[in-house]
Amino acid sequence: MGRLVVNQDKIDDLDKLIKLCPFGAMENVNGKLEINSGCKMCRLCVKKGPEGAVVYVDDETAAIDKSKWKGVAVYVDHVEGQIHPVTFELIGKAKELASKINQPTFAVFAGSGIKDKASELLHYGVDEVFVYDYKPLRHFRIEPYSYVLEDFINKAKPSIMLIGATTIGRSLAPRVAARFKTGLTADCTVLDVKENTDLIQIRPAFGGNIMAQIINPNHRPQLATVRYKVMSAPKRSDEAHGNITYCRIDEDKLISKIEVLDVTQKESEVNISDAEVIVAAGRGLKSQADMKMIEHLAALLKAQVASTRPLVEAGWVDARRQIGLSGRTVKPKLIICCGISGSVQFAAGMNNSDFIIAINTDEKASIFNIANIGIVGDMYKIIPRLIDSIKSGKGVNL
Amino acid sequence: MDILVCIKQVPGTTRVEIDEKTGVLKRSGVDSKMNPYDLYALETGLRIKAKMKGKISVISMGPPQAVEVIKEAYCMGVDEGVLLSDKRFAGADTLSTAYAISQGIKKMGKFDLIICGKQTTDGDTAQVGPEVAESLDIPNAANVRKITEIDDNSITVEMDMGEVVQISKIEFPCLITVDKDIFQPRLPSYRKKIATRNKEVKLYSLKDFEDKDEKKYGLSGSPTQVERIFPPAVNTNKEIWKGSDLELSDRLYKELKKLKFV
Ligand SMILES: Cc1cc2nc3c(=O)[nH]c(=O)nc-3n(C[C@H](O)[C@H](O)[C@H](O)COP(=O)(O)OP(=O)(O)OC[C@H]3O[C@@H](n4cnc5c(N)ncnc54)[C@H](O)[C@@H]3O)c2cc1C
Ligand SMILES: Nc1ncnc2c1ncn2[C@@H]1O[C@H](COP(=O)(O)O)[C@@H](O)[C@H]1O
Repeated sequence: MGRLVVNQDKIDDLDKLIKLCPFGAMENVNGKLEINSGCKMCRLCVKKGPEGAVVYVDDETAAIDKSKWKGVAVYVDHVEGQIHPVTFELIGKAKELASKINQPTFAVFAGSGIKDKASELLHYGVDEVFVYDYKPLRHFRIEPYSYVLEDFINKAKPSIMLIGATTIGRSLAPRVAARFKTGLTADCTVLDVKENTDLIQIRPAFGGNIMAQIINPNHRPQLATVRYKVMSAPKRSDEAHGNITYCRIDEDKLISKIEVLDVTQKESEVNISDAEVIVAAGRGLKSQADMKMIEHLAALLKAQVASTRPLVEAGWVDARRQIGLSGRTVKPKLIICCGISGSVQFAAGMNNSDFIIAINTDEKASIFNIANIGIVGDMYKIIPRLIDSIKSGKGVNL
Repeated sequence: MDILVCIKQVPGTTRVEIDEKTGVLKRSGVDSKMNPYDLYALETGLRIKAKMKGKISVISMGPPQAVEVIKEAYCMGVDEGVLLSDKRFAGADTLSTAYAISQGIKKMGKFDLIICGKQTTDGDTAQVGPEVAESLDIPNAANVRKITEIDDNSITVEMDMGEVVQISKIEFPCLITVDKDIFQPRLPSYRKKIATRNKEVKLYSLKDFEDKDEKKYGLSGSPTQVERIFPPAVNTNKEIWKGSDLELSDRLYKELKKLKFV
């Protein structure tokens, strides 16, 4: 790894240099530049600062032998054998990455009574499914599950491992990363791979205002989590491909300080994440009563209603319908954004939608940067007429 | 009972813009505040202390000015606070942050329960908590939305797992990361602010840790590297429609029809 070395004498304008740092990690300490623990090593100061003022030096580190790590693995996310669909999306991505570097794909499946479920995975094109079928693995408990992943990684030595950013994945992935003292990148939105098997991981940073490309160049395995609905699942093929390996493990090691008392179904919930069509409203809406208009349009399009955060904060819309960084991620076939400016935090939750239509009076609104169709106009005029057109089945005044 | 809450100071705003010409980030507002998610963790800890008696401490890693969040925690009723601050912690990714925090925790003493926020608003990874648990070799539970029982030896929690809720009884010592809305955070008390004005914040640096190997901290201890940063992509296949609202409405209707949504 490297570090930053400051050459005080090459700094002409200290305050200007300090301002370059987006993380506020540079300080003026008695006229000298100091870099504090806020530093994220984006190295903008190296690139944009005065020549030679801040330099990046690579520390000598023994390079690892990357050829000892082969394959792209996917953690099979499930609750009591019910496989989470993010798993299939990750398998799709894993196959794509693996084919670029000519390596196999693996899936690792830990649970109890899951043998028949494992064979289903072979219809999605995994080369090998590693199954750990043991009673103590019936419920997710962190220690035994971490132990299984440790065992799998030691056996299969995958170069890359993809894990769904579910509650389980967000617990398990960091534990395993810390155990192998390797890197983990959360909530990746784009994944690619270099010829040397380094995984290119792109994720929103700063609440989505910018994108960061992250690599893990000298540690294996490379771990990344991905949220549901960010990647696309491959089609199920009728033929099964690949094979299943039943793994043996020392059952005495599957101990836990956790006792699972119950797993209960949550009250049936509004779930915009799975919606195929969404009509979303933003602060262009003038009053809560106007939500009726949005709901009406949604009903006609068989769509779910969603909104930006301000409407949730105002109490106009149920929090579970909020799209965005601090809300839900959605990936519908169509989303119509009405009176939404398109803040990065909102866009982070919906910019993977298949088709985006936006209605906004302000032609400079940033939603138009991501909309496939950007309609510069007043939703209070456009939507009621649209509702009438749909109801009457034909456009008026064409 | 000994409770520890991990808190972080984060920028007051996440609004940043990229200067188109230079590609440099412009950050408006330099204010800092406590990570909002950590307020829920603090509130959880304070309520447990009120019920079980004992002591509640906080730990934070950050630049020297991060003492502010510890002082804020004092105003809410926290008994002791430690700040981990050292230039050698700079550039830390989640792995080396968590490792430094776990070293700090070991130095502070033994805790029955460690509570973290769900995630930070700047790092936004939700990884530090579970990584701390791993470094301390204790069990952890994520996305805790409710505490159903607590006694001297264990805590029973509801974990939000999306479609289902898992109710687990976890022996101490353990670490939980709590979801927002577990409890409504209290506001800092003015009376406590006056009372704790001179209360000490302990500062630890690398020399206080058991593991003093510089290579494990900050950038050197971070496997991940930021290769580049760039503005979010803009969708290229897009059209802008302008005209009278009536025309636009009718055109939209035709388009929805063409796309087979009506
Ligand atoms: C850490 C963090 C996390 C966040 N997370 C989220 C999140 O998850 N989700 C989220 O949504 N936000 C989130 N936000 C807030 C976000 O930054 C924005 O404030 C928010 O998305 C703006 O919502 P809006 O587009 O509805 O409102 P505004 O930005 O106020 O936009 C309203 C738009 O309506 C248009 N308009 C007005 N009248 C009409 C009309 N008659 N017809 C058509 N258009 C009209 C205006 O031109 C304007 O563009 C977050 C912020 C932070 C700091
Ligand atoms: N620098 C830090 N100091 C103390 N606690 C932290 C720090 N970074 C993260 N945490 C804790 O870990 C949680 C998750 O943070 P993150 O992984 O950055 O999303 C936070 O809510 C805090 O409780």
